Amino acid sequence: MNHPALIQVAKVLGLLSLAGTIVPPVLFLTKHLALEPMKFIMLIAMIGWFVTAPLWMKGGDQ
Amino acid sequence: MATEPQTTQAGDEFEREPVPEKAQKGASAFWGMYAGEHTAGTEFMIGPLFVAWGASAFDLIVGLLLGNLLAVVTWRFLTAEIATQKRLTLYYQLEKITGRNLVTLYNLFNGLLFCFLAGAMVTVSATAVGVPFGDSIKMPSFSDTMPTGIVWVVTCAVIGVAMTVVALRGYGFVARMGHLAAPWMFLVFVACGLVVMGKLDTMNLFELIKAPEGGSKMGFWGVVAFSWFCNSAMHLGMSDLSVLRFARKPKYGWAAAAGMFLGHYVAWICAALLLVYWVRVHGVDPAQGKPPGPMVWDAVGWAGLVCVVIAGWTTANPTIYRAGLAFQGMFKGMSRATGTIIAGTVCTIASVFPAFAMKLLDFVGLYGTILAPVGAIIVVDHYLAKRVGIATEPAASGKMKFNLAVLLAWVIPVAIALTIANAKNIPAFFLPLPCWLACGVLYILFSKFTTPQKA
Repeated sequence: MNHPALIQVAKVLGLLSLAGTIVPPVLFLTKHLALEPMKFIMLIAMIGWFVTAPLWMKGGDQ
Repeated sequence: MATEPQTTQAGDEFEREPVPEKAQKGASAFWGMYAGEHTAGTEFMIGPLFVAWGASAFDLIVGLLLGNLLAVVTWRFLTAEIATQKRLTLYYQLEKITGRNLVTLYNLFNGLLFCFLAGAMVTVSATAVGVPFGDSIKMPSFSDTMPTGIVWVVTCAVIGVAMTVVALRGYGFVARMGHLAAPWMFLVFVACGLVVMGKLDTMNLFELIKAPEGGSKMGFWGVVAFSWFCNSAMHLGMSDLSVLRFARKPKYGWAAAAGMFLGHYVAWICAALLLVYWVRVHGVDPAQGKPPGPMVWDAVGWAGLVCVVIAGWTTANPTIYRAGLAFQGMFKGMSRATGTIIAGTVCTIASVFPAFAMKLLDFVGLYGTILAPVGAIIVVDHYLAKRVGIATEPAASGKMKFNLAVLLAWVIPVAIALTIANAKNIPAFFLPLPCWLACGVLYILFSKFTTPQKA
């Protein structure tokens, strides 16, 4: 996947996935989100990260 | 805790020559590499072990800060300086001082210790893989040293064999996977800490992490020593010459801070909080502990389990690969595949025994105590040899195959330190620095008598 627009989309989704990994625990800490939905969002975010990150993140393959 | 680096590894290129200018790398390569390497599966083990050893919040917050700072300074002003002046691998530099045969002995210890370390990582992964199987698999506690049952053995064996098969194919894919997973894994560590604080309804670490009434088994200086010397084989022991020889400037040694303050500070404290929760809410005996898999599953669910497995896998795999290379280097004609299979077999057998993971603080201390002193030989050779009147690189001509001065300077302090530590019950992570200093002094003294004064 080399199209610049698609790479940009993947980047945005990747960063949203990282946010989906850390924001739900913060919301749980501040009592704005229950534990089970938090775990579910983190699972979705994990899948999102590992699908999108390889499309734009470089390095680590040397 | 980290394994051998996943990029710019010794053995890949410029094995027996200085790294040329065109192959040198910029700072970002090292910041990313150190950050990824030091967020490994074993961090899930080390944090709770601090709690089991009775470390207080002050010990962790201030002790880890100081210890990690000292580690970074060591990387910057010792390892990176020599690496960028010589630009040689540890192995080749050692060979020029110690002779080929003594490097073989170093490779043996290095390879075996790598196997045991990789075994600990497989053990940590097995505690996560076993979670979906519920009560049919008995998880080991901190006091377990022997296998807990046949299902445990089978679980470890399957993971160990799978990791060995992947390592046989080289480490490119796993290194890439580790690189991709690193930022996500770090956030999962932080998430674990946040969830525990949410569950316990406080963000006050001083209230959460308290030393037991009988006093801490570890204490402030124990935490400082552990965090400084847990990677002593790499900084004091000069193993990271193989990485930092690619750095354009010695100041890139500061990049170790990324690994120390993300992995060995934030991640360790967050992992420690996991056990704090189980001690407070479920009444778990901190000395018995709780394996990482179930704790992470309870805190953050599937993301946590996958994190434990990936963190263990991406660090155990290059460790098996490197151990295989170390074994391969010992025997002429041995293929890399054979070396990797030997390493994978030793690692898999070690993983079945929880001792290596559950006694990780001791094991890591032992690892540094055995390997780090060799770095003092290189430091003496580089900075002091001419001043004190001993030959520099005495085996560089290739005529000397075994430098007796090095062997004695290495073995004597390590043997004495381990004997005293065993008798007085001193944790092994206090030993690397005294052994390193003694090794350097003894090398100068013995060299005066055993090696020619001019190379």
